[in-house]
Amino acid sequence: MLQITNLHASVADKPILKGLNLTINAGEVHAIMGPNGAGKSTTGYVLGGRPGYEVTEGSATFNGQDLFALDPHERAASGLFLGFQYPVEIPGVSNLQFLREALNSQRKFHDLPPLSGGEFLKLAKEKAGLLKMDMDMLKRPVNVGFSGGEKKRAEMVQMGILDPKLAILDETDSGLDIDALRICGEGINAIMRKPDKAVLLITHYQRLLDYVKPDFVHVLAGGRIVKSGGPELALALEEGGYEGVAA
Amino acid sequence: MITLPTRKAEEWRYADLGALETLWPLPDAESVTVAAGGEFARAIVNKGGVVRLSLTLEAGAKAAVHVLNTADTYARIEIEATLHEGADFHLGGVQLSSGDQTAEIVTTVRHIEPNATSHQMIRSVAGGTSTASVLGKVYVAKGADGTDGSQSVRAMLLDRTAQANARPELEIYADDVKCAHGCAIGELDANGLFYLAARGIEPARAKALMLQAFIAEAFDGAAEKDNLTAAAQAALEALL
Ligand SMILES: Nc1ncnc2c1ncn2[C@@H]1O[C@H](COP(=O)(O)OP(=O)(O)OP(=O)(O)O)[C@@H](O)[C@H]1O
Ligand SMILES: [Mg+2]
Repeated sequence: MLQITNLHASVADKPILKGLNLTINAGEVHAIMGPNGAGKSTTGYVLGGRPGYEVTEGSATFNGQDLFALDPHERAASGLFLGFQYPVEIPGVSNLQFLREALNSQRKFHDLPPLSGGEFLKLAKEKAGLLKMDMDMLKRPVNVGFSGGEKKRAEMVQMGILDPKLAILDETDSGLDIDALRICGEGINAIMRKPDKAVLLITHYQRLLDYVKPDFVHVLAGGRIVKSGGPELALALEEGGYEGVAA
Repeated sequence: MITLPTRKAEEWRYADLGALETLWPLPDAESVTVAAGGEFARAIVNKGGVVRLSLTLEAGAKAAVHVLNTADTYARIEIEATLHEGADFHLGGVQLSSGDQTAEIVTTVRHIEPNATSHQMIRSVAGGTSTASVLGKVYVAKGADGTDGSQSVRAMLLDRTAQANARPELEIYADDVKCAHGCAIGELDANGLFYLAARGIEPARAKALMLQAFIAEAFDGAAEKDNLTAAAQAALEALL
């Protein structure tokens, strides 16, 4: 589904990613862990196409397409979902308006007719219910005044509605309380644990991985994957830290 | 015949004098007096040229004026309001400019007696090499105590080559007066635009969404809010 080869990328002319290789197949869940500043969020932003994140070398293929040849909105419409470490506030635009606009833009990209207001609302209710989010929250402006955990949960509702092929979730677990962590973990499984989908979890802790069990765990340090393994690697990291395990 | 104004006059400083010449001489302002205790509402959609409105609000009268200012070349809306005791004046305005257009809203509010209120909220969006200006003069006469006047002027620049001017001018001769004014000129939030793109919304649509949100509050309370919003939306989409 996603093949990243020798990816080098800079932010403000500063090289951050330095030869990253990663292959994710349909049906798999991968987790990336790594020290602060290693380049984990940068990886997500580069794949999502955030302006200012410049690819200097290497390639990324997403379902057979050259990912970097697509604009950010085309990447999303092609099935890439980027869950933000810090979801952005959009004052004056309600979640429902935003999501209907997003879903219908993606449908238009695939030459599908837009969903009617009624059809969309039904879908939004279903996905909000899955994540146990009050519909009233979705009437409020996007992320404005949401608590840290509410923002993360709202992003999972977005993911449910947009139904992507690949979700890159950047510290979705941070800010979630104990119950919310379980609800979001189960939500990710319900939405993404399918043979034709894949997930890349970026996280610092085992706790999310208890719910969304990874097939592969990678350690990203200094802009590259320095170690890969199975789920046991996350546990070993929790025990021994990066210095002990990935050095 | 009165001669054409020059840029030396503050209220004409940002005008498109070339375009003005073709419109000269300007028609007199439409003059409206709202009787004591009466109410007046007006929505103005200017698609070019100079629109002038002069209001006199007698004691306790209320007026709500909402304007949308757009043009191919030059659009100017001038509003004067003279407020007697306890009168209330509200102006909500949106102006949109692109290319090398010039859009301006020029207001003069005179609080000539005590306890009148005036609230003005104007949102400008300027792209290309266009200029969007707001000049708002508030005059409070001696003895017009208890005056409460506010001006909120914000502009969004879509291109670094566009220009927005916001000039509040206060002339206050009374003691017990509350006059607040806030001006801000900014650009669309790049993080917000990327967030919308990351969910599949194309760039022009993302900008339109954020700009609609930006201008929306200027039409709050307008009887013709839906019409004005729809007209502004259409003008916005044409501009992006
Ligand atoms: N605009 C910028 N200018 C200079 N350096 C930047 C800029 N943006 C990010 N960086 C740097 O890039 C590096 C990688 O940042 P990134 O956000 O990818 O780290 P991370 O692995 O996600 O860390 P964390 O675990 O703290 O979230 C950091 O050292 C950061 O300071
Ligand atoms: Mg990060």
